[in-house]
Parts: sequence; C-alpha cells; structure tokens
Amino acid sequence: MSAAVLPVVEASPSGMPRLGLDAALAAEWLEAFLCDELVGRRGIARAVIGLSGGVDSAVTAYLCARALGPRNVWAIRMPYRTSSADSLAHAQLVIDALGINERTIDISAAVDGYLQYEPGADPRRRGNVMARARMLVLFDQSAKLEALPIGTGNKTERLLGYFTWHADDTPPVNPIGDLFKTQVWALARALGVPAPIVEKAPSADLEADQTDEADLGIRYPRADAILSLVLEGYRDAEIAARGFAPADVALVRRRVDSTHWKRHLPTTAMVSNTAINEFYLRPVDY
Amino acid sequence: MKVAIVQCKPRKGEVAANLAALGDAFAQLAQDPPDLIVLPEAALTGYFLEGAVYDLAFESGDLAGRIAALWRARGAARHPVDIVAGFYENDGGTYYNAALYLEIGDAAERIVHVHRKMFLPTYGVFDEERFLSRGRSLRTFETRFGTIAMLICEDTWHAIMPTIAAIKGARMLIVPSASPGRGLGGDGELESVARWKELLRSYACEHGVYILYAGLAGFEGGKGMTGTSCVIDPRGETIVAAPLLGAAIVRASIDAREIDLARASLPLLGDLQAVLPDLLRDPALPVGPREREPLDTPASAPE
Repeated sequence: MSAAVLPVVEASPSGMPRLGLDAALAAEWLEAFLCDELVGRRGIARAVIGLSGGVDSAVTAYLCARALGPRNVWAIRMPYRTSSADSLAHAQLVIDALGINERTIDISAAVDGYLQYEPGADPRRRGNVMARARMLVLFDQSAKLEALPIGTGNKTERLLGYFTWHADDTPPVNPIGDLFKTQVWALARALGVPAPIVEKAPSADLEADQTDEADLGIRYPRADAILSLVLEGYRDAEIAARGFAPADVALVRRRVDSTHWKRHLPTTAMVSNTAINEFYLRPVDY
Repeated sequence: MKVAIVQCKPRKGEVAANLAALGDAFAQLAQDPPDLIVLPEAALTGYFLEGAVYDLAFESGDLAGRIAALWRARGAARHPVDIVAGFYENDGGTYYNAALYLEIGDAAERIVHVHRKMFLPTYGVFDEERFLSRGRSLRTFETRFGTIAMLICEDTWHAIMPTIAAIKGARMLIVPSASPGRGLGGDGELESVARWKELLRSYACEHGVYILYAGLAGFEGGKGMTGTSCVIDPRGETIVAAPLLGAAIVRASIDAREIDLARASLPLLGDLQAVLPDLLRDPALPVGPREREPLDTPASAPE
C-alpha cells in the first residue's frame, strides 16, 4: 500500500512587483479626479490636450471626454516636418472615436525659426526644442479656448526622467502620472482606445524611427517591474534575486537616481523664515 | 434611534460655502429629523491644509455655536439632535485634529466631549504632526443614547483603540475620517477602502459595538478622499454604506438591543474583560498600570 500523498498548497513568492490594475475602477477614479480638479476647484469645464497619436495622450483624451463630455475637449496635433505620418493618423482615430474638437498646428516654422541659429544642435537638443514649442502652443491654446492643459506623462517616464523638463510635465493637472506605462496600456484596452495605438511601439517621435524602449535600453514591462520594487524600497541585489538582470536593475536605478531634480520645482536659495514651500506651506488647492 | 451621516465634500478652506452646503444637508434631513448626525474629519475645511490649519482652526465653543445655529436655522429647530463633527481645533494656540460631540436642544447647546486625535499620521502623503499636537487620552462619554467613544481616522487603525473604548464601556464607536484612496490593483475596490472595511467590521464584531464611519469625499490636490461612510451593526454587518465618490447622506435606524443580543451570542468582550487584567499584569509589557517613577530619579537611589 503506497503512502498517502497530501495535497500541498504553497504561497506565491512575497515581495513581487505589484502592477495589477482594476481598469474600470481606475477609469471611474480618474474621471472623478478630472471633474473635481477642473470643474469643482478651478471652475473650468474644458480641457486641451496635445494629442500625439501615442497611448498616453489617447488615454488622457478618453478620460477627459468621459469626464467633461467630448465637446469640451480640444485635441491639438502638433507635428514637426519630420514627424511620422502614423502619428497624425493615429491621433485622428482618437478624434473620430470620441468626437472631440481637433486642431492641427504645424510647429516646423516655430522650431526651425530658432534652430536656424543653432544648426549644430544634436538630436537631443532638437527634440527638447520641439517639446518646448509644443508646450508653448498648448498653453496659448489654453488661454484662447479657456481650457485647462492636461498632462499626459506616465509614472514610468517620470521616474526614468524620459521627458523634457518644463515641457511635457508642465500642465497643471495630470490624470495618469501615477500609472506605470504597462498600467496605461491596460487602461487603454479597457477604455477602448483603438488597437493600433495600444499595440505600436511607444515613441517620442522626435527623430525618425525612434522608440522609447531603444532610447531607454529596456522594455517597459521589465522597467515597470523593477521600478515598482525600487519604489517599495528593495535594494538592487534583492531585486536581482527576484529574477531581474543586474544590468537592467542598475540601468533603472541610475536613471531614477540621476533625475530626482526633474521631478521638482526649481531650487530656490532660502534666506528667510518665510521661504515659499519651505516655511510658508499652503496646499495647491487652497 | 435614527442616525445620519453627512458625507461632506468641502471646498478647500471655504468655510462659509461649506457651512452653507451643510445647511442644505440639514434642511434635507429636517424632513425626517435624525437623533444623531455625524460629519467626517475636517468636515468644514478639507483635510490637507498644511500651514493654513492655523488660519482655519476653530475654537470648539465657536464651532459648536455655529453648528447649533445652523441646525436651528436650516434643520428642525424644535427637534433636539446630537451632532458629531470633525474639525481642526485651536485651543489657545495649540492645534489639534479633533471631533466634538454636541447636544443641541431647543434653546441651548452643550459640548459633551471633544476627542483629540491621538495617532497623527506623519509618513508618506501625511504630515499631521508637523502642524498639530496629538491628543493625550481616549475617553468614553455618556449621551442620551448610551456610552460612546470617538476615534479619528488613524486612531482606528490601531486595534488597541477600539478595544480600550469597548472595555471602558462604549457601545457605539463614531469614526470621523478623511482617507485618501490608493491601491487600484484590487478587485472592484480600492485597496485602502478594503482595508478600512475589514478593520471596522472586525472591531464591530469582536466588541459588539455599532460603528458609525463618516468619510470625507472629494479630491484635494490629486488625493481623492474615499467617502464610503457606513453604519456597521454589532454583528459586524454593514447595514448601509455611501458611495466611494461624492457627497451623500447615509441614514439608518439602529437599536441598542442589538448590542445586547450580539454580545450574548458572541461574548468576546466579556472574555476580554476577564482576561485583560492577567495580560496587563505581564511585567514584560513595555508599559502597564504600574506606578510611574519620576523621570529624573535614578533606578537605584544611593542610600
């Protein structure tokens, strides 16, 4: 007679990345956030979004359309002469699906107007000029339309410093800035963002054939998993012990640690007992 | 006994507008006046105030007078009511996160008790102890509805607080709260909300107490307060709950007899009363009901 084999129940390993998202709840929560922050607090019922054709701004447009109604949302497409044709076409998919207002403003003349004096500018500088030109347009359209600019930066790019300071990060309200890129994808699928936008390789589209993941040197799912463990306080060796390549962990850690400044306002010399945001402390909604 | 919770969604720092909105809620409640009304933590100012707490804190008597006047003007003037309100308190230049229990009669009102929050969250998004002093005692107090204790938000996250309240005789716990929601990885519910529900139901069931939980609502600078005001019966069942988002009124009829029946069927509180003295006699406990020595007296004084 063979020995009885007992059923075994075993716990999953602890301290694994927590990236799950209840997308329906997230959508409800972020819509309420937009209503409260725009209509409730600022008395502004309109939003203006730089619609790039990528998934972040698409999700933001969907959330704004649901929160404010499509007629209160303005999508601004701002191509440069080297921008991919797909970007315009994908933005159009969002505009058509939601029935939001649209305007296309080519930034080539504005960008080239400056860059003619800096013909030697490398791609990174040229990209930053484009990003800042887009922010100039977005804020001017905000004033014209009496609509609040809405930010589209996600948590992954904010943590990796993969954005232009005082450009992509300037809008006063951002619904997706605490969502990792992989969570934005999950939310996009739940919201019904058109598949070509969700499935394409993310790109800042500042240079030909550019992709985020090639620029960063790591795929988003892996970066998000490592980032989530970094934020929970795990050390590099502890993260590597969970199955991540030490080189990937080091890359993510280096990018986070070298970009803390990008997630803050400018450093101001403190010389008094009433220094703003040091001693004189008032919440943003006061 | 009819109870109501007003799940407020205040405009940050706009006390007059928030009182006006409370007056509207009182007018709505006056159609069928409750015996007890509970408001959330920081109900008339919003929760995250930073240094503005010094501009907006109330002297407790002043706030009591304003709420009583509002009830008489907009509520049911002839209907006596008890009101609990969470507020920032200015006590002669010392500031607290507090809740007052107010009895309002025909012509006069009386503050029955002011509880000052003991556990001030000061980590992550929270910064209370930077601006506020902490309360030093957890009291139960007598009302026309029996013995009650108030716990404010994080007070309730320490199991010893409802335990002490129940041991001291509380049959109802009133919990004004302001909880910024987080954790979207759950299943249909924010993780922070699920945690609250688990705690409250567990305490109600363990001690055989009613719990009235009043949650602040609305987003404050990106932080969304998770409403979900509710009434939990002494068996641990949630008998009514407000939505996660937005202002709302929660109403319930509760019966003190349910407390007796719940305690008879699950006499955990009685068991605790019997065992607690032994537990507290344990010399290994870092604190206990021992006589305190003056701090500056050496442990073994020279002869």
